[in-house]
Amino acid sequence: MIAGIMASKSSAAERPRAASEPGALALVCLAAWAIPGAAHFWLGRRQKAAVFFVALLTMFVSGLLLRGRLFPFETSEPLVALAAIASAGMGLPWIVAHMVGAGGGLVTAVSYEYGNTFLIVAGLLNFLVILDAFDVAVGRK
Amino acid sequence: MTSHVLLLLLFAALVSAVFAALSRDEPGAQLKTGAIMFGGFVGAAILLGWLMYPFPL
Repeated sequence: MIAGIMASKSSAAERPRAASEPGALALVCLAAWAIPGAAHFWLGRRQKAAVFFVALLTMFVSGLLLRGRLFPFETSEPLVALAAIASAGMGLPWIVAHMVGAGGGLVTAVSYEYGNTFLIVAGLLNFLVILDAFDVAVGRK
Repeated sequence: MTSHVLLLLLFAALVSAVFAALSRDEPGAQLKTGAIMFGGFVGAAILLGWLMYPFPL
């Protein structure tokens, strides 16, 4: 058993670090935020990168098509601010959507709340993807 | 698309795919975890919907 634990510890210690420098780690996280799956692609996890890219973009675009709203950063409305932070997790697609005026939201649309849920959850899931990319980069996974 | 069930299925499929890819490394394990998660999402939604059926009283 001890040998097994030692073996697992040594294998964890010997795991290659894809990006151990702070600058490189910051770039990995920035890439992961900007384009869902980009950091995993960069780190050689192509299959996971494809899943994250397709699933998260589909979720984000579905949220926009369902007439969901990209909430503004309103500090006077804490829940609105939290929703804004969550959906901002999508990175470049979120920026592009703002630039083209998408995500205005239509409160009277029957799918409005569904759209909001899709937009918020897509951003939150991309935050998890960023954390996963960080773990891969430092050799924890 | 305004079908609640189709939106539920789409949401469950996408979230399950992301969580499965995050939590498992092998494609086979990802598929199994994703399928279990998807079933859990859909089953829980149907169960909760059924429990809420009598409301409002």
